[in-house]
Amino acid sequence: MLNQLTISELMAKLAKREVSAREATQACLDQIARVDGKIHAFISYNAADALAQADAADKLISSGAKNSLLGVPIAIKDVLAVKNQPLNCASKILGNFTSTYDATAIEKLKAAGAIIFGRLNMDEFAMGSSTENSAFGLTRNPWDVTRIPGGSSGGSAAAVAADECIASLGTDTGGSIRQPAALCGCVGLKPTYGRISRYGLVAFASSLDQIGPFTKDVRDSAILLGVMSGVDPRDSTSVPEPVPNYANALDGKIRGMKLGLPKEYMIGGLDAEVKAAVDAAVKQYEKLGAEIVEISLPHTDYAVATYYIIATAEASANLARFDGIRYGARVEGNDPIELYSKTRGAGFGAEVKRRIILGTYVLSSGYHDAYYLHAQKVRTLIRNDFLKAFEKVDAIVTPTTPTAAFKAGEKSGDPLQMYLSDIFTISCNLAGIPGISLPCGFTKNPKLPIGLQLLGQPFGEESLLKLAHAYEQATPWHREKAGL
Amino acid sequence: MEYEAVIGLETHVQLKTKSKMWCGCANQYGSEPNTNVCPVCLGMPGVLPVPNEEALRKTVLTGYLLNCEIPRYAKFDRKNYFYPDASKNYQLTQYDKPSTANGFVDFELNGGISRVRITRAHLEEDVGKLTHFDRTSGVDFNRAGVPLLEIVSEPDLTGADMAYEYLNALKEILIQGGVSDCDMEKGMVRCDVNISVRPVGTKELGAKIEIKNMNSFSGVRRAAEYEIARQIEVLKSGGKLVQSTRRWDDAAGITEEMRTKENAHDYRYFPEPDMMPLAPTDAWLAEVRAQVVELPIARKQRFIRDYQLPAGDADVFKSNVELGNYFEGLAKQSKNPKAVANWIINNLLSKLAEANAKEAADQAAMGVDSADVKLLTLADLKFKPEALLELVALVEAKTISSSAAQTVFAEMFASGKAPAAIVQEKGLAQVSDTGAIEKFCDEAIAANPAPVADYQAGKVAALNSLKGQVMKLSKGKANPALVGEILERKLKA
Repeated sequence: MLNQLTISELMAKLAKREVSAREATQACLDQIARVDGKIHAFISYNAADALAQADAADKLISSGAKNSLLGVPIAIKDVLAVKNQPLNCASKILGNFTSTYDATAIEKLKAAGAIIFGRLNMDEFAMGSSTENSAFGLTRNPWDVTRIPGGSSGGSAAAVAADECIASLGTDTGGSIRQPAALCGCVGLKPTYGRISRYGLVAFASSLDQIGPFTKDVRDSAILLGVMSGVDPRDSTSVPEPVPNYANALDGKIRGMKLGLPKEYMIGGLDAEVKAAVDAAVKQYEKLGAEIVEISLPHTDYAVATYYIIATAEASANLARFDGIRYGARVEGNDPIELYSKTRGAGFGAEVKRRIILGTYVLSSGYHDAYYLHAQKVRTLIRNDFLKAFEKVDAIVTPTTPTAAFKAGEKSGDPLQMYLSDIFTISCNLAGIPGISLPCGFTKNPKLPIGLQLLGQPFGEESLLKLAHAYEQATPWHREKAGL
Repeated sequence: MEYEAVIGLETHVQLKTKSKMWCGCANQYGSEPNTNVCPVCLGMPGVLPVPNEEALRKTVLTGYLLNCEIPRYAKFDRKNYFYPDASKNYQLTQYDKPSTANGFVDFELNGGISRVRITRAHLEEDVGKLTHFDRTSGVDFNRAGVPLLEIVSEPDLTGADMAYEYLNALKEILIQGGVSDCDMEKGMVRCDVNISVRPVGTKELGAKIEIKNMNSFSGVRRAAEYEIARQIEVLKSGGKLVQSTRRWDDAAGITEEMRTKENAHDYRYFPEPDMMPLAPTDAWLAEVRAQVVELPIARKQRFIRDYQLPAGDADVFKSNVELGNYFEGLAKQSKNPKAVANWIINNLLSKLAEANAKEAADQAAMGVDSADVKLLTLADLKFKPEALLELVALVEAKTISSSAAQTVFAEMFASGKAPAAIVQEKGLAQVSDTGAIEKFCDEAIAANPAPVADYQAGKVAALNSLKGQVMKLSKGKANPALVGEILERKLKA
């Protein structure tokens, strides 16, 4: 089954001409036709366009081209701009909007020869943890379709877990890659802030957002990270840090590396099976020669509150441009204010409105200092916690989520409970550091994936991938498939 | 009770850059609507701003020209408000950490020098332009994202004339400094005025009232005159003034209330997360500093001091930098800079104007569009600048008369020939040979009995008529002083 292959497996077969890009792409399209009715990972996809791209790739392959992703079908979260493809951010407000340009990350994937296809479902404007806040209907978890896939990149995680594509892209503002990767049993990487250009990523919270890959194993994440990374003249927050060959770091040599266990992360709400799986993973690391050190991240308790002030403040401005004047859906009014109110009232979903109002409030005159300014100070403290910890350890190991995937509808009526499902992933974005989630076991009944999170130093993706890869190679979890 | 006005100005100036502030679109006036646009300045989903280095340089350069401090940390902020002219529904500006602060502008007023302190000159982006049709409105985003400098003055101005002179001085500095063309007709300069009044001798400021919508400096002056009188009138008649914003109606010559403080906007400023803060380095600042030109007022004072020019002449060279440079290049080599200035201001400028009028007419006749007519500049002059020095020297040495000098100048302007060559060619050298002059005088006296009789009857002015005759006979070459002496001697004899 070609659609089940990893990037490196498919590239090997393409290089040997055992298979064609068209066959691989067709296999993905067949799988979508077979299972997407059950999980609804895709908002839309253009089969003819995907096959045309595949044919073009096959032509290049037969002419001897050796681009690093030539002929690999990769599906894209509906928040990233792909030229001439729809861009909705899973919202009604963009109407039938089609992007006029490629995001830088997309441009780089295209240059490497990837087949860019499909618009993956998500929480509207990346706001949510369950992919239930989509104007295009919810996405379901391939391991149990009564459960959510996580969010906001739920479609990206579900599509990879269900082998509807070889790999996918998501975005992570507070855990939106790592949490759904954990809940769907795939590998999800959020790079250091500034590692991958954000140009063409429709901003939710500009100082927190990063693009990252969803893959079937760690090696594939290393490959995609290498292709997409690097400074971009169109994003002045991208960092001119050299891009190493990440795949070269995957040598299994982790003896003597130090892993920090933050005592603040062993909280009351942590599910027993999740805890057991993470404990076992830590033991596995010890077996592999890593040294485990207890560390402290004392400001952890403030992370969720800090996050929901900064992220919503930025979002309140970022989403102001969706006003029905220049593009997207419009509801007419007698004056601009009425037009705005009607357009935005009809176009945005409840969670997006909640966050815009929250963000508007925390920036308002008289509240700005107490909320926004305060949150910025706490953010610095949280970052300093991590930088201090990294003086002693190479990476930090935690559960990705407190529980495995929950039932659809279970938390959608209680925003605060929903927000708390991101408790382990949020600090990483506030600190701007990289994080990865990889499978580390399953719950028993029902069988649901459990994710292990590794957090690294700024631009420490090599160590992170090395550690993740060593664990992955020593364990069977990533080879398990959802029984759709 | 007597009242006095307290005025502060907020002047918006478009920076002269090739491209816009955050994208590569042309910063160009007069294009078809929505042709200088791209995803970035249209606020499409997913785009990011990248600051224009040249705009940052010109901002700091303005800071130096306005005697400002240049903070080592500056940043951009989002100013949030919904309006169709703003493509993102927030404007990027510098809220609490501007790129320049605490400067001043010195300018001439009523024969003295006045100083207005500059609070800050900060960088922001211009917004689109709205056009209202019958039942709909259109937005042109060509202007959206053009770098705009907001120059905020302290409330140091005390009257409408002072505001007017300050604006003119500011404009001259910005044009000569190369940071803006300041073309008001093209909307490159816009100005809001904050006015309050208070009883003379009191320190406390009155209610601040902002006046918007003036589209010329004289409009600013008229609006300020009107508003000061209006506010004083309100207070004198026992009324109260509240902090508010008023709109100037240029046709009616009045201001009208737009909004009061109660319904003022809450812009919810916060730091722009899409950009890194600005931290200029020593090397970068030195590079900008090297571009600073001499301020117009300093130049004027220096010309008066170093070249003993009258204020009027120095004024000409203050406003016309190219001409001033031309003058100075010669004045440094001349013992008589005043004479050089006279030639440039009285003769060269009018010849140039005459030639350009002809040039424009000729090119128009050939069908060249009036905007494309190429006019002559100092660089196109046929004679070398040093030829003017030569001309001055010829006059000083009395080799030629001043009327012959006019002929010489006309010829060097036309042909580029050297003055000495022209004098020789045309035989313009002054005649100081008393024998020859006596002969001319005798002829003139013989031929003009009437003026002779008049003179001898006591009409001294009749001598001029005879002098003229002698000059005519000598073809303008006779030394006029000698002619006068000899005529007088002969007539009194």
